[in-house]
Amino acid sequence: MSPSAYVVLAAILFTLGSVGVLVRRNAIVMFMSVEMMLNACNLAFVAFARMNGNLDGQVVAFFVMVVAAAEVVVGLAIIVTIFRTRRSASVDEPNLLKY
Amino acid sequence: MTSSMLNLPTSIPWLTILGVVPLVGSVVVLLLPRARETMAKQVALAFSLVTLVLTVVLALGFDAASSAPFQFAEKYEWIASLGISYSVGVDGIGLVLIALATILVPIVMLSGWNDVAPGTTGRGTVKGYFALMLALETCMVGVFAATDVFLFYVFFEVMLIPTFFLIGRFGGAQRAYASVKFLIYSLVGGLLMLAALIGLYVVSADVLGQGTFDFMQLVGIDIDPGTEKLLFLGFFIAFAIKAPLWPFHTWLPDAAREATPATAVLLIGVLDKVGTFGMIRYLLPIFPSASQWFAPLVIAMAVIGIIYGALVALGQSDMKRLFAYSSMSHFGFIALGIFVFTSQGMSGSVFYMIAHGLATAALFIVGGYLMSRRGGSSLISDYGGVAKVAPILGGFFMFAALSALALPALAPFVGEFLVLLGTFERYIVIAVIATIGIVLSAAYALRLYQKTMTGPVAPGIDGMKDLGGREFTSLFPVFALTLVLGVIPGIALNVINPAVDRTLTTVGLTDPQPVLTGTEGGQP
Amino acid sequence: MEVTTAAGGAFAYLWLLIGFPLAGAAILLFGGKRTNRWGHYVGTLAVVASAAYAVILLLALMGRSPEERTVVQHIADWIFINKFSASIALQLDQLSMVFVLLITIVGSLIHVYSIGYMKDDPDRRRFFGFLNLFVAAMLLLVLADNYLLLYAGWEGVGLASFLLIGFWQHKNSAAAAAKKAFVMNRIGDVGMSLGIMLIFVTFGSVTFSTVFDQAGEASDTTMTWIGLLLLLAACGKSAQFPLQAWLLDAMEGPTPVSALIHAATMVTAGVYLIVRSGPIFDQTIVASTVVVIIGTITMFLGAFIGSAKDEIKKALAGSTMSQIGYMILAAGLGPVGYVFAIFHLLTHGVFKANLFLGAGSVMHGMKNRENMRRYGALRAAMIVTWLSFMAATFAIMGIPPFSGFWSKDDIIHAAFEHNIIIGICAILAAGFTGFYMTRMLVMTFFGKARWEDDQHPHESPPVMTIPLIILGIGSIFTGIGLLFWGNIETWLEPVTGFETRELAIPAIVLEGITLLVVLVGAAVAIAMYRRSVAVEAPKGNVLVRAARNSMYDDAINDTIAVRPTYWLSRSLVWADRSVIDGIVGGSAAFVGGLSGRMRRLQSGFARSYALAMLGGAILVVVVMLLVRLP
Repeated sequence: MSPSAYVVLAAILFTLGSVGVLVRRNAIVMFMSVEMMLNACNLAFVAFARMNGNLDGQVVAFFVMVVAAAEVVVGLAIIVTIFRTRRSASVDEPNLLKY
Repeated sequence: MTSSMLNLPTSIPWLTILGVVPLVGSVVVLLLPRARETMAKQVALAFSLVTLVLTVVLALGFDAASSAPFQFAEKYEWIASLGISYSVGVDGIGLVLIALATILVPIVMLSGWNDVAPGTTGRGTVKGYFALMLALETCMVGVFAATDVFLFYVFFEVMLIPTFFLIGRFGGAQRAYASVKFLIYSLVGGLLMLAALIGLYVVSADVLGQGTFDFMQLVGIDIDPGTEKLLFLGFFIAFAIKAPLWPFHTWLPDAAREATPATAVLLIGVLDKVGTFGMIRYLLPIFPSASQWFAPLVIAMAVIGIIYGALVALGQSDMKRLFAYSSMSHFGFIALGIFVFTSQGMSGSVFYMIAHGLATAALFIVGGYLMSRRGGSSLISDYGGVAKVAPILGGFFMFAALSALALPALAPFVGEFLVLLGTFERYIVIAVIATIGIVLSAAYALRLYQKTMTGPVAPGIDGMKDLGGREFTSLFPVFALTLVLGVIPGIALNVINPAVDRTLTTVGLTDPQPVLTGTEGGQP
Repeated sequence: MEVTTAAGGAFAYLWLLIGFPLAGAAILLFGGKRTNRWGHYVGTLAVVASAAYAVILLLALMGRSPEERTVVQHIADWIFINKFSASIALQLDQLSMVFVLLITIVGSLIHVYSIGYMKDDPDRRRFFGFLNLFVAAMLLLVLADNYLLLYAGWEGVGLASFLLIGFWQHKNSAAAAAKKAFVMNRIGDVGMSLGIMLIFVTFGSVTFSTVFDQAGEASDTTMTWIGLLLLLAACGKSAQFPLQAWLLDAMEGPTPVSALIHAATMVTAGVYLIVRSGPIFDQTIVASTVVVIIGTITMFLGAFIGSAKDEIKKALAGSTMSQIGYMILAAGLGPVGYVFAIFHLLTHGVFKANLFLGAGSVMHGMKNRENMRRYGALRAAMIVTWLSFMAATFAIMGIPPFSGFWSKDDIIHAAFEHNIIIGICAILAAGFTGFYMTRMLVMTFFGKARWEDDQHPHESPPVMTIPLIILGIGSIFTGIGLLFWGNIETWLEPVTGFETRELAIPAIVLEGITLLVVLVGAAVAIAMYRRSVAVEAPKGNVLVRAARNSMYDDAINDTIAVRPTYWLSRSLVWADRSVIDGIVGGSAAFVGGLSGRMRRLQSGFARSYALAMLGGAILVVVVMLLVRLP
């Protein structure tokens, strides 16, 4: 299979993820969509690494994974805290951080 | 011409010590317990006096006849890759300004002894007030001693911090507005200067092969005329705001009105001189042709400032704003003297900087004493007949008014006359217009004196206490120095003249000859 | 050619002339209340010491040959920058010598008189301090050897007059008069400053000797300008038209101050300046003609005012203006007139001091009221004052052999030599002098008593009358003494030059005509005021009303200078607030408003932020695709 197919798949996944972030209200789902975008990037990195024949892309993919893991830790903690106080995981409700 | 009166060992970093002493004092004062207020004041005063003694030693060790551009020079690498070094040194101009700063700090400390007391506005602590003044003193020494343009810029900006807090925490009712206005004005100027500074670095890298901020290397480098004008403007606007020249002056009346008298003295008496000092030290030698190109503009601004400031001072109903506008008028004289490029004008300007520092001190301090006796009101209409009730206060007020109107035998006269003379040599019409300023200055100074000090005793003035011992002690040195410098200005001119001549040589201009040449010009 | 010698022998302590009164002023002003008890003696002693030393110097000077009578003492360098240099150096020559004598001797008498006059004033010590300062400044003015130091003395005189005119500072009118005097003097000082600058730019020096040696080499235009600028300065200090308005208000000061200002110091400074700068004025026919014209105008202006004022001191002030006008006129005539200007200045110094101190003595006995319509028949109550006042009146009118006759007659003579119209003017003004002085004499000392009910006129104490007696004798003999014994003409000649020209009319005829005109003036005054004087001033015609209002000088000054300045000042205060600070405040408000709008974008909805991020990312990609970076 040509590497371009992987890139196309990555693009589709990224688009799905970004649409998910934009249209869904549930914080958990948005979170999962973000993860999907990150993994789409990972897929693209790995595919490009393969295409170019060096390991740089794969290294970056590992970095992304680490960052994603850290992000999950912080993000889920925030979501759980908000859920505890407001009994809801909708991102539209907590709008205190505005002007 | 004598050489130095004291032979100081050159191995000791005198200027650095001079700068560090008040900084150490500032830290020590801050470390004292908050409750020991008197102790904080005493320690601060002691440190400022030590600095003053060091300055005197330095002044005695200064060799006016020396051909070296800077004395007591020190140089240490700081950011070598960018050609930035910590290098300091003084010429005659820097020396007299440092002396002015270190003389005024103990005086204003004494005058502001009870500025921070229960019942006064402002939220700061006593030790904070005095520590900030000492910190400011360090910055003042640094800014006048720096011989690296970047170092100068750093001090130029750092100076804002203690000043901002001195106005913003210890001032009058509108202090927040005034301090922010002052800060933003200064920062705008500082930003332009930073841009010009970077530009200068790039140019120096082009010309010299390696970029530098060292003043001595920057003097006389060949800059493309268009670029030179832009860089000149960057520096000039920063200095014009600081000085302040018309029309960049509107921060001054607010700051002067809201600051305590002590802060106002340091601000107008010394800090603002950085603007005019910068013009002499940096603009003229580094951008000689742009300086000449812009001279008509600067002269116009200066002359407008002289007349405008005096006229607006005449119409003020608030004493402190009147002082501020009179200072603006005097800054017009100082800037005028610099940009007419004659040795009389420029020496006069430098001398006027010192004289104006003293005159400002006299005005604000004696005005502050007056106002503190009347609940802090600065409205002229609240006063009348004070000289009858408090004759010593009235006498010092008279003296302050006389130095504002530049009476002969007082220091400001020497500066003002020399500036006018220097102007007359090149631009007769400008000198004639500027001379009208001496009528207006008499009008506003005496109007103020008449309204506050003479006439029937106003309500609320009855039983006003005359000056006490501390107050007298703080004013007397100002009085004595103004008189001494007015009668024997030579002690300062001796030091100033060589530095001025050197500056004019770098600009490449000489004084116009008298019409009847080939005549002897009086005794040397 | 004169020889300038360095100070030695008796001249070694030349600076003490100024030093004595300056030290006196310092002791009295800085000594505070401690010196209250004996301060006035110190003040008087200081001036008397100066006077004594001045006499010694005079004798020493007379012991030298006329060419060697210029002594210079260099005290210190003052202001020096490259070519410019002005020293603190004193120059004593024949001209400054006579001034020093006038200032110190008349000054001493005024000091002595003031001991009595100010006896009840709680601030007497301060008064003497200021008087000493005045004398010191005036001595500096006449002893300076260069224009800049002269300027220092010049301003010092202005300061001292400010302090003294405003001495009774609790009165608003006194404080205002003091300020007015100083500010108007400052207008003259503009001329002085610019004149000094032009002198330096032209000659490269401000020292008298250097400047005068080269005076012939400069261009006519330059010399004319220097002359006019110095004249402006002289107008300010000597209260000449158009800067005369301060002089009448200056009567707000205590009477000895008026005597000092009008007789020995201050107003004579302008005459000194012009005579001292003679070599400059000699080069410029334009400037010296303007000097003559100004002198003539002021001569009449003062005479008009003096004829109409009812306050005794103001009438005397008018007469001073007029007499100084005479001197300025004479000074404008060049070497023909310099000597007579100084001669008249000296005699005038004596009899005007006498007149003012006499007026002060009258006021002292009349509860400080000065309306002459409420005087009358005082000769019985104060005989000494009356007699000395009368001597001085005859002197100023120019009745022979009183001192004014000799000096004024010489001026008229010189004026005729110069121009017949000026000569006639001078004679007419002499007639006016006869009128207003007789009017004053008659209204005050003769006629019926028109006193207010609470008045009990009495003669002043001896400390005041003795100076009056001395001055009265002086009013009689100064003229003869200076002319015949002192040879004032030959004495001053080395400094000022001296020449006479033959007249078509014999001198004796001219003298006769002058005397006749004066007597006519006096007769008119006697006819008008001998029998009855209305207690309320009659309305009078236009001319009288104008003269009573000092020719509306205040109104004129207000209209052309004061009110426009204040209007401009107020407009600029407004413009500063609203235009300049408005632009500053406006730009701050603009940035603030803009950011107020912009922050609305922070809606708090996480998903709209995400959309914005996506939009931004797409924008970046699109830009990168469209713009191929090199």
